[in-house]
Amino acid sequence: MLTIKNINTYYGKVHALKNISIHLKRGEIVTLIGANGAGKTTMLNSISAVTPPAAGQILFDDQDLAGLTPDRIVKLGICQVPEGRQVFKPLSVEDNLELGAYLRYRGREGRGAIRKDLDDMYALFPRLHERRKQAAGTLSGGEQQMLAMGRALMARPRLLLLDEPSMGLAPLVVQEIFRVIEQLRQERGTTVLLVEQNAKAALRMADRGYVLETGKVVLEGIASELLENKEVQRAYLGKDKKEIWEK
Amino acid sequence: MHIADQISQYLLSGLSTGAIYALIGVGFAIIHNSTGIINFAQGEFVMLGGMLTLFFLTALKLPLLVSIILAIAVATLVGIAFERLAIRPMKNASPISLVIITIGGSILIRGIAMLIWGKDTHALPTFSGNDPIQLGEATILPQHLWIFAVTVIVIICSKLYFNYTISGKAMRACAYNSRAAGLVGIDVRRMVLFSFAISAAMGSMAGIIIAPLTMTSYDVGIMLGLKGFCAAIIGGMSSGLGTVFGGIILGVLESLGAGLLSSGYKDAIAFIILLIILLVRPQGLFKKGDTERV
Repeated sequence: MLTIKNINTYYGKVHALKNISIHLKRGEIVTLIGANGAGKTTMLNSISAVTPPAAGQILFDDQDLAGLTPDRIVKLGICQVPEGRQVFKPLSVEDNLELGAYLRYRGREGRGAIRKDLDDMYALFPRLHERRKQAAGTLSGGEQQMLAMGRALMARPRLLLLDEPSMGLAPLVVQEIFRVIEQLRQERGTTVLLVEQNAKAALRMADRGYVLETGKVVLEGIASELLENKEVQRAYLGKDKKEIWEK
Repeated sequence: MHIADQISQYLLSGLSTGAIYALIGVGFAIIHNSTGIINFAQGEFVMLGGMLTLFFLTALKLPLLVSIILAIAVATLVGIAFERLAIRPMKNASPISLVIITIGGSILIRGIAMLIWGKDTHALPTFSGNDPIQLGEATILPQHLWIFAVTVIVIICSKLYFNYTISGKAMRACAYNSRAAGLVGIDVRRMVLFSFAISAAMGSMAGIIIAPLTMTSYDVGIMLGLKGFCAAIIGGMSSGLGTVFGGIILGVLESLGAGLLSSGYKDAIAFIILLIILLVRPQGLFKKGDTERV
């Protein structure tokens, strides 16, 4: 579905992604893990054309994404839930969700279908329904994360890019967010590219994973194998050498 | 005349100039909110409104209403062209360079207007006669009522647009966070273009409704533009009621100052208020401090 070939992206003067190649198949959940500054967010922003790659190729269903603006990427069916939520704080919860369907309002689709999706979002995130008239800025961090996800889903994406959905959230809320990702895959078959610092939770849910280090892919494989990989355990799962050696 | 009567007269005329400042100020706010820049060419759209109406009315002998509609349409097109030719090509320019470009743009538009229409001051006929209407001890011209009506209608329409239509909400989203707006599929550049079109239309309307009272010439845009900017600053760059109140406060204080002290201080009052606001409450009079929640 998505094939990324040898992309190089510069963030200002920093060479943030060096010859990265990854791919996603339809219906997969793939995770990118790595430390701060490894290039995970830049990776998603390269796909979304926020920071377009300087070299290399990104193909989505065999269409080259080169030269497209962020809104055109959304139109193709790729939606990003950005790091730090980035909901439209002065606008109401419902307005935020409606804006997620912005391109559908401009298209030929009837309002009824959008209305129905709005109800689906409220069913998926009942807390948002309770607060639908409130300004998005008054929501808690977890609720804002749900809103950001709901907003992206309103566009009916075929590929969802999630950037650190668990950042700064309480463990219970993180569980709920991950439950929703799981549910999306089962009910809608949404393909997900998940960027996470919480490597353990991400690898448990994902089918495959890539490990990024200073802008390069250093490891890739089936998620369950990465979870068992000693290097991954040491570097990203917080198990120290001693624990691993004792096994 | 009693002093109280005088004051009520000053209040009334202050309210109507205030309404004009508010209309111009809202134009400033809309562009500022969607691009982060202050468009100092805003005053020139005000000038274009008055001068174009006059041109269609006298040179082409069109009826007043047709002239007004054409003037607004042409001014809006100038706004669109200005964005396409002067703002959009500067892809990675900092806001301060863009602001300087708008100053350059305003000088250019003013210069062209001077070449075409000359330096004379002209009067536009009032929309519905010159018979004053008695309101208690104060009198008011029918044109003042037009000013109030147009301002109220424009403000209500823009409120409805920004709160209840998807493209209005999209513009607010862009204003708040243009990157996130791009990520939900909003074409940010189109929204910037829209904001210039809307501001130009509003500015030209302000120029048209005030022209019968204050006369118009190629250079009225400078002062009216700066007054509108004051109104927007007092209102904390809100595209709604804040700027409307800002305009009214400014208009009323100016009119009281001119009447009770000396009319020579009229413009000084506006700029003293601007300086005080910028020093004491740069976020505007009505804005509460933003609290961030993460």
